[in-house]
This record gives sequence, C-alpha cells and structure tokens, in this order.
Amino acid sequence: MNSISIYIHIPFCIKKCKYCDFLSAPYGKTVQEEYLRALKQEIIEEAEKYKDYTVKTVYIGGGTPSVADPDGLCGIIKKLFACYRVEKDAEISMEVNPGTVNPDSLQKYRKAGINRLSIGLQSTHNRELELLGRIHTYEDFLEAYENARKAGFENINVDLMGALPGQSLTDYEESLKRIISLKPEHISTYSLIVEENTEFYKIYGEEKEKIERTGEGFGILPSEETEREMAALAEEMLTKEGYRHYEISNYAKEGKACKHNIVYWKRRNYIGFGLGAASLFENTRFTNTKNLTEYLKNPVGKREVEKLSVKDCMEEFMFLGLRMYEGVKDSDFIDCFGKSMYTCYKDVIDKNKEEGLLTGSETLRLTDKGFCFANYVMAQFLL
Amino acid sequence: MSNIDQSKIRNFCIVAHIDHGKSTLADRIIEKTGLLTSREMQAQVLDNMDLERERGITIKAQTVRTVYKAKNGEEYIFNLIDTPGHVDFNYEVSRSLAACDGAILIVDAAQGIEAQTLANVYLALDNDLDVFPVINKIDLPSADPEKVINEIEDVIGIEAQDAPLISAKNGIGIEDVLEAIVAKIPAPKGDPEAPLAALIFDSLYDSYKGVIIFVRIKEGTVKKGTVIRMMATGAVEEVVEVGYFGAGQFIPCEELSAGMVGYITASIKNVKDTTVGDTVTDHNRPCKEPLPGYKKVNSMVYCGMYPADGAKYPDLRDALEKLQLNDASLNYEPETSIALGFGFRCGFLGLLHLEIIQERLEREYNLDLVTTAPGVIYKVHKTNGEVIELTNPSNLPDPSEIEYMEEPIVSAEIMVTTEFIGSIMELCQERRGRYLGMEYLEETRALLKYDLPLNEIIYDFFDALKSRSRGYASFDYDLKGYEQSKLVKLDILINKEEVDALSFIVHADSAYERGRKMCEKLKDEIPRHLFEIPIQAAVGGKVIARETVKAMRKDVLAKCYGGDITRKKKLLEKQKEGKKRMRQIGNVEIPQKAFMSVLKLDDKK
Repeated sequence: MNSISIYIHIPFCIKKCKYCDFLSAPYGKTVQEEYLRALKQEIIEEAEKYKDYTVKTVYIGGGTPSVADPDGLCGIIKKLFACYRVEKDAEISMEVNPGTVNPDSLQKYRKAGINRLSIGLQSTHNRELELLGRIHTYEDFLEAYENARKAGFENINVDLMGALPGQSLTDYEESLKRIISLKPEHISTYSLIVEENTEFYKIYGEEKEKIERTGEGFGILPSEETEREMAALAEEMLTKEGYRHYEISNYAKEGKACKHNIVYWKRRNYIGFGLGAASLFENTRFTNTKNLTEYLKNPVGKREVEKLSVKDCMEEFMFLGLRMYEGVKDSDFIDCFGKSMYTCYKDVIDKNKEEGLLTGSETLRLTDKGFCFANYVMAQFLL
Repeated sequence: MSNIDQSKIRNFCIVAHIDHGKSTLADRIIEKTGLLTSREMQAQVLDNMDLERERGITIKAQTVRTVYKAKNGEEYIFNLIDTPGHVDFNYEVSRSLAACDGAILIVDAAQGIEAQTLANVYLALDNDLDVFPVINKIDLPSADPEKVINEIEDVIGIEAQDAPLISAKNGIGIEDVLEAIVAKIPAPKGDPEAPLAALIFDSLYDSYKGVIIFVRIKEGTVKKGTVIRMMATGAVEEVVEVGYFGAGQFIPCEELSAGMVGYITASIKNVKDTTVGDTVTDHNRPCKEPLPGYKKVNSMVYCGMYPADGAKYPDLRDALEKLQLNDASLNYEPETSIALGFGFRCGFLGLLHLEIIQERLEREYNLDLVTTAPGVIYKVHKTNGEVIELTNPSNLPDPSEIEYMEEPIVSAEIMVTTEFIGSIMELCQERRGRYLGMEYLEETRALLKYDLPLNEIIYDFFDALKSRSRGYASFDYDLKGYEQSKLVKLDILINKEEVDALSFIVHADSAYERGRKMCEKLKDEIPRHLFEIPIQAAVGGKVIARETVKAMRKDVLAKCYGGDITRKKKLLEKQKEGKKRMRQIGNVEIPQKAFMSVLKLDDKK
C-alpha cells in the first residue's frame, strides 16, 4: 500500500519574531478557535481521497503550534488518527517554542500521539534571543527541554541559528557546546536569512545586499567568511559528538534523521492542511489559500493546483535530492523518468565535478565544498 | 495650386537652444493658421517619434505647409521647416536652414542666450537668412525680457527692440509672430523657367513610395514624369509624384516650382542615393552647377553593437538595415569580438546620435544590446608609409609598426555663468583642452573657447559639464582637424584574459587614471565567482592598474522552507536568470551592463 505524509500548519504565534517571514501572526482566542474548527473540517473532509494510503509521517508546524489551545490541538490529532490510516511506528512531529509549553501541555501532546518535538531555541545567549525578538530566555528553554524529557519525549530536535547580527564565532561555539551537552537526538543549524518584508530587513537589508555583492558587510552581520567558519565549526563539533550531517542544515544521531523532511527532499507524496499549506501528490502541487478569512469560510475549497511537467519534476528531483548528504541515485531517477540523469544533465554534472562541487556517478552528491555552494550548483539543474 | 505667387510664400524655420520652446511655437503656428484644430493636435505635432517627444528634441527635420490670412487681407503660404536641435546634427541643420529664406530666433525670457542659440544663429546668418527674434516664456516668474532683448542686440547684433513677447505654451502673442513672419521673412526668389535646381534637405523611406525626398526648389520646376538626377550621387530616376507637406501627411500636387518647398518620390530604394545637401536637377536639362554647401557627412563616433543574445544577430542586422533607410548618416559593418561574438561596428554623427539609434533598436526592434566604448577615428601612420583610419581599437597594429598617430580635434564653445568658470576650466584641462580664450557676454556669463580632442568629449563630457555647472553650462563644437598625439591602447584583462570589447585608445597621460577607474568600476560590476578574479589594465603588455574580485565563500540557503518548494525554486530561478545576462570570458561570467558602465567614469560631481 502506498503511503503519504501529512503537514498541518498552525499560523499562530505570541509575537512575530523580527526575522520571520513565514505565514504566521498573533491571533486572538476567537480566531484561534475558528481556525482549529476549520482545520478539523478540512482534515475530515479530505480523508476520503486518501483512504487507500497509509500515513508515514505527520508534522505539525507553524507559527508556533504550542500557542494553540493544547486540548483543541490534541482534538485535531485525535481526528487525524480516526480518519486516516496512520502507521503504527509513524513519526509524529510537532514544533514547540519555549515559553509556550508546560509539563501539563507536554504530557497532553505525548499522550495524543506526538513522538517527536522540535524546539525553537535559536540561541543560548539571552541578548541574542532578545535581538531576534524571541519571547523566551535560554532558561525558559532549559525548563521546557527538561519537561519534554519528563513527559516522555525521546526524539527531540533543537533549532539553532547562526550568522546573527553581532554574533562572533565564539558566541556560536558556546551555543553549540551548550546544546550538545543536552544530547538532543537532532540539531538543526540554520543561518539567519534577512528576508524582505521583515523587521530585520529594514535594519539589515542594506548590509545583507552588500555582503551578497562583496562578501563583507558593515561589521554587524557576520561576513561570508565568518559564516562559513560557523558552518565548518558546527560540522566539526557535531560530527565529533556522533551526529551525522544528513542534510544541508540538519544533523541527527543514528536513525534519528527527520523522516518527514526526507519526504520533501525525495518528493514523496505529502498533503498539507491549514492556511497556505502546500501539498505534493502524484506530481501535482496544490497550495491552500494564504488568506485567513477565505480559509475560515471554506477550508476545503480554494486550492491552487499546479500539474508539474516532467521538466519541473526532474529539476526538483535534482535540487531537492542534492540537499541530502547521501545525494541522488541514478537508479531512482531512471525509475521516475525512464532515463538516466546523465541524459539530461551530463554537462552540468561534469562541470560541477570539475569544479570539485559534485562527486560520485551512480550516486551523485555534493562534496563538502559543494555544500558551501549548494545554490550555485542547484541553480544549474534548472532546465 | 500651380500658379502660386512667389511673393505670397514664406519659407522659414525656428532656431533655438534646446528647451527654449521651439516645437511648442511650431505647434501654435500650425494651430493658429487653421491647419489643425487644437483637438486634433497631439502635443507637438512635428516631433513625431516617441523618442523625440520624450527627450523633447527634434531628431529628424519635419516640415509643414499652412495657409495664413494676414491682417492685410492677403493669404500667405507658410512652409515651416523644423530643424533638428542638436550639435550632432549640425550639418542637417545647416541644410535645413539653406532651404529657408528666413528664421525665427526664439530665446527663453528667463535663460537668455545659450551656446547652442549662438551656434544656430551663426549657422542661419551664414546661410544668408533674415533672422528676427521672439522672446518666449514671458509668463515665467523669472522672465526678464528687457535683459534678454539687450543681450540679443549686444551679443548677436540683431535688432530686437520690437521682438514679439510671447508664451508659446499659453498661446500669448502668437498673432504678432505670424504678422512678423509676413513682414520680416523675405519672399523666395528664383525663376520657374530656369533649369531645375532643388536642394535636398531631408529624406525618408516609406515602404510604399520608396524614398521621399524633401526639397526646396531654388530654380526651375519639377513635376510627375520629370527625369531627375542627384548631382552628387549620380542617381537618375523618373519622378512619380510631387507634393507638399500637410501635418503628418503628404499631399500630392501638380508641380513644384522655384520658391516652393515640397517632396518628390521617384521609386528610389535607398536613402543613400539622396543625401542631404545634394542638388536635384533635370537629367535632360541640367543646371550648370550644383547648389553650394554640399558635403559628405562622415561618422565621428564609432562603437561596437552586439545583440545580448547571440542568436539575435540576424535581427540586429535587419533592424540596422531598416534604420539606415531613414538615416543616411548611420554606418555599420559586421565585426566579431572574442568577448561578444558577432555584431556590428557602427558609425554615428555623435554620442546623442549613437544613443538615439541604440534606444530605437531596443524599443522599436525589441533588441537587447551590448555596446562597447565609443571611440573616434584615429589616423595611424605606419612605418611603411601606410595610413589606417582606425575605428576599432582591436585593429591597432603592433606598436613597432606605428610611426605616429593622429586624433580628431574639435573647436568647442562653452557658455557658462561666471561662478562655474573655474570648475569648467578644470574639466577642460582634465580633458586635455587647449585654452583659446574667453569672452564675457555680460557680467555674469562668459563664452569659453577651447580646442578639445574629440575622444575626450564623446564619453561623458556633456554629463560632466552639466553636473559641474549645475546644469547651467551649454556647449557646442565643430570638427577642426587632426593632430598628432601620444596615444596608446589600453587593454583590460579579466582573470588574465584580454577582453577585446573593453579595449580603447587613450592619451598616454590619462592611461593610468582611466585604467584605474575602469578596474574599480569593473570590480563593482563583476559578481564574485568561486575563485578570485584579478582585473588588470595594461598598456603594451605592462600592467598599470589592478583590482581583485574576491572569491565567493558560500552560496547556500541554510533555511528550511518545509514543503514550500515553489519558493525555493523561485530563488534558484532568479539566480539562473541572472546568469543569462552574463557573457562568458574564459571561465568568468561578466554581466552585460559591465561593458557599458565603464563608459561613465567621471566621478567628480
């Protein structure tokens, strides 16, 4: 029997972080209740379409899902289990933020079936957290982490951000050390991206553009060189502690790689529920409306559908697959498209191998250097 | 129509500095003489290219015939010949003037006389035209008509006390202008029975009629069936149609006789056969000698034009071919660049002409172009006695074969308010100008005279002049001749490879400065690569300046967009799109705009 994955979007947060450009905002209690009701409706009504599929992974992301009323959210998880054939050992992840959880709520999540937590820490320095506009302190995180362990979570990810304004290599190293000492199963190391339409863009937009042009800014955002050093440091420290660098920004202990994310990179079927959620099903992409009023009015109606061409699929196969350390297999490419990836990409592959960015042949993957220039390589796989 | 009384014809033009309201006055004259109602008039009927309207300048001469019923009860035929308004088109201007019997000098009541005003008035006087002044924009708060009248009398030396005071924009005083045209512009002379002598002052290509020649009949008569000969080019054709100019249309008539302005068609396929300034005569009964003043127009400025997308080369060729049908002063021939592929070396009257052609190619023909640094024609005297006219720096012979080189020099007149004299003189000095003298036109304004090498003024001289005088300086020039000069070829090496499209000829003394600025500019324009890229300027193989584009250390998006693949893909697409606008030189990708940005190097603002 074929399988699918499910993503559930909770667009709530207490306060928008200064760097955040995801679809999220602080909402009042009434809107939150209406949203959960709409979400439940969508999940129930869509179930019929996927009755022949088993659910391998579930991911509840946001926003901050732990801002939602725990009972309301658990009610949704319960409905999900009732309407879909969730596999017994399915990975059920949920994003939580320190300052929005307590022992009671964490136990509710665990009991409802959540078996993996992703905690948005970002930094262990309170001044960095404040700068980012986070609502919590490092101490809040430690408490949440401990409570999560007590509630029985044995698979925990911690998010950590690098390339912060004013951050030194030592600051970053310290955060890494502190997190490693807690022994989470999974660590995500992102770089701060100063995105347009964020608070940060107003402050750092100009510097970001200068760095893109010249590699160096005005001394507030770390230079490209420093950022690269941060990435190298994370790689070195985490690998030494037994974490495997399995994707550009993700490290995990053996067997603890996030199965849900791998579904994205391998272009398996996934269905997104909630505001603005994207799905990929049998090479068709559909995206829910990003307009809240519209979504609340009709949570199953408005979807933007895009039938992907063979060209689209090939491009995605390559640029998503190459995010993973294990790379892409030509045999998989042949399974999908009936021909070898070398028939379409020989020149690009040869060129990038020559530049030391790609390696392998049946299995093609980015080299260590290639990981530093992933976008440069991936853009060339667009046909 | 054939029995028009010569004494009732007025052939005239309007001369002015750019922006002083020439086209607006022309519009008013057309409107007031009842040719068009104001509703039919699109603003400025005569500037009928989009580009002309946008830039507020006249590129091609336009002509219109209207009928005016004067206060004395008589009807007069007005032929208004609108001349191009830029120094690049001086020769065209002089031929248009030669087609007239008089000129209206229009001067801005607030700004007074400018360098171009003077140049145009002198051109008019040289062509024996009767000039009468009109003071425009009198409704501006800063208008000072008295002062301007005195200035006209002092500086130009023509009577101006009774000059009409007008506002062309608001239709004030237009009647006075019309009456003055009748009273002050002389009627044409010439014998309709004499052998035909007609001056070509413009021509344009029409896909139905072939070339349409704009003429002023000086002597004789031309009609359908007359076999005509262009005396300079020797082309012979039978006349298909003659006529005169309505507003934006050609109105056929029986014949054109001495004193009249009109057009001739004769199934001529190429404007090259009908060069401006040539004399049209009757092949079977020719006039004794051609009308005076003909000269072959030569291109002064050359540059390479390449399609951004190499596959568009045939499109560029077709477009140039079509533009040339209407613009005999545009030259082009195919050339190849290692950096840019197949393209054309094009010759222009000046930088404005170049810019106009470039914009027309891009807009009207939808072409994306890469243009190399414009240069002038150098005369290279080789040791073997041969003299080469060099238009492409890449073709410069080996230094050992060169005896000496010559460059074109222009005499320039710059009019400037006294407070900026210092900075303008400094600019001319930097551009190797030879100071000839200065005249005070009035207390606050002076006319500076310099000899300047043409290659120093074609890049950004006009911009620099404007920015260093806060827009107050105006400028006019004439080719003076060639002078021996210490010239060298400056090469640019990117990642150790010479980029032919960036080479140019420069005076030895400015080579270092230019080279340094080029390198700095290119450093900003060339995106970082995976490796370090040295940018070097070299003369004769010796590096004189260097900059380095540092290597890129990372290009990775360490951010998880979850299932939102579309967003990630858009980012990659943007990145790929950026690459498309690049030219590959060796293993370096150079954005196309880098080739152009190095043209503007004046950094003093």
